[in-house]
Amino acid sequence: MIPSKFDYVRAESVEHVVQLLQDSDGEGKIIAGGHSLLPLMKFRVTEPGKLIDISRIPELKGVRLERDRVIVGAMMTHREVAENPIIKEHIPVLSDAARLVGDIQIRNRGTIGGNIAHGDAVADLPAPALALDANLIISGEDGLDVINIDGFFLGPLITALPENSVVTSISFEIPPSNAKSAYLKYFHPATGYPVVGVAVVLGVNSDGLADYVRIGITGSGDVAYRAKSVEQELIGKPLTEDVITQASKLAADDGDIGSDLFASETYRRNLCSVYTRRAISSLLD
Amino acid sequence: MEEVNVTVTINGKKRSAKVEPRMLLTHFIRDSLSLTGTHIGCDTSQCGSCSVMVDGHVVKSCTLLAVQVDGSEIITVEGLGTVQNLHPMQKAFWEEHGLQCGYCTPGVMMAAIGLLQENLEPSDEEIREGLEGVICRCTGYQFIVSAVKHAAALMAEEKQVVGEGR
Repeated sequence: MIPSKFDYVRAESVEHVVQLLQDSDGEGKIIAGGHSLLPLMKFRVTEPGKLIDISRIPELKGVRLERDRVIVGAMMTHREVAENPIIKEHIPVLSDAARLVGDIQIRNRGTIGGNIAHGDAVADLPAPALALDANLIISGEDGLDVINIDGFFLGPLITALPENSVVTSISFEIPPSNAKSAYLKYFHPATGYPVVGVAVVLGVNSDGLADYVRIGITGSGDVAYRAKSVEQELIGKPLTEDVITQASKLAADDGDIGSDLFASETYRRNLCSVYTRRAISSLLD
Repeated sequence: MEEVNVTVTINGKKRSAKVEPRMLLTHFIRDSLSLTGTHIGCDTSQCGSCSVMVDGHVVKSCTLLAVQVDGSEIITVEGLGTVQNLHPMQKAFWEEHGLQCGYCTPGVMMAAIGLLQENLEPSDEEIREGLEGVICRCTGYQFIVSAVKHAAALMAEEKQVVGEGR
């Protein structure tokens, strides 16, 4: 399969990317690792007139600590995210999820920025990003901007990323020190994408009550979402089996769950609940 | 849509060709550079037959543009060994019967090379994990796992798994 014709340009800097996008009259499309975009172009689902390659811009690489947040460069590959010591220490649920993306060859090329900015409903990383209250750092025509991940996904492959702008890094909140986290994924048996992927960050205080709960769910809905109904149901409660089971039943309530050839809406809703319950339970001693 | 010049160092040799930006790396390797050891199986980044090393990492060449890797170092299955002088990986696949039809084998071997580059004493489980990105439809995987394990043993004393200096 061969994509439609396009022009290709390698951007030298973030400013250069924005300039190239502005000059392209809507024909420009950013390519990072290309592992979401190129498959669509090969099927001619999308036919951009110009590809702007951001993969060799040094400032889009790297991971750093900034007060209570970890800042991850948009061009970090899944493999780099999975192996990075800062991420593993402070926000391990992100490296856990990155390790489950695709396969090793895909993790060597696919990037965290692309995985999120592409807005694919079955991308893995939006789940931990939601559970870690991520902020997307964006450069555009009006300079720097910050968009919270909650509300960024508007529909399948549709995001709130403004025109002529680029995600340069993603900032993740470091959860409180008592919090534990997990990413649990039900793999689609053929594609390896999540039919459901649940990221949970959970803190329990000395009285045994949940005092911090963040849950992000991907794969099942039109877009990834925060399972706020579950969070509200759990907060301040003792995490008995019964409490967890009841709360997990609300796991699909905040999503827009549909059916497809592989899984019906009813089945997907059930999977959301079961995987949320299991993810939470896995964090308790 | 201007053609662009792409230069890579492939199996230790510098090669250039003028190509359309839309040319996939796998076509660049096979058609422009006439290295047909790299195979195209599914063409949708699932089967891994097209796996090659780019700058030290295994990738699927059907899901990369040639222009994206301009200036990179590439190793394909032709960069392993020759019929007269097999690379230990090729020798191991031969001795352990790690293939039947052989179509997926170039990709499987490159994925295995990527694994051994980081871990020269992989367990069976680590080998299976390292080969998660390749699909074989003939043999089942047991003989492939045995072959990779044998290759690791053959290379136990070596400092470098692949590339110049080996």
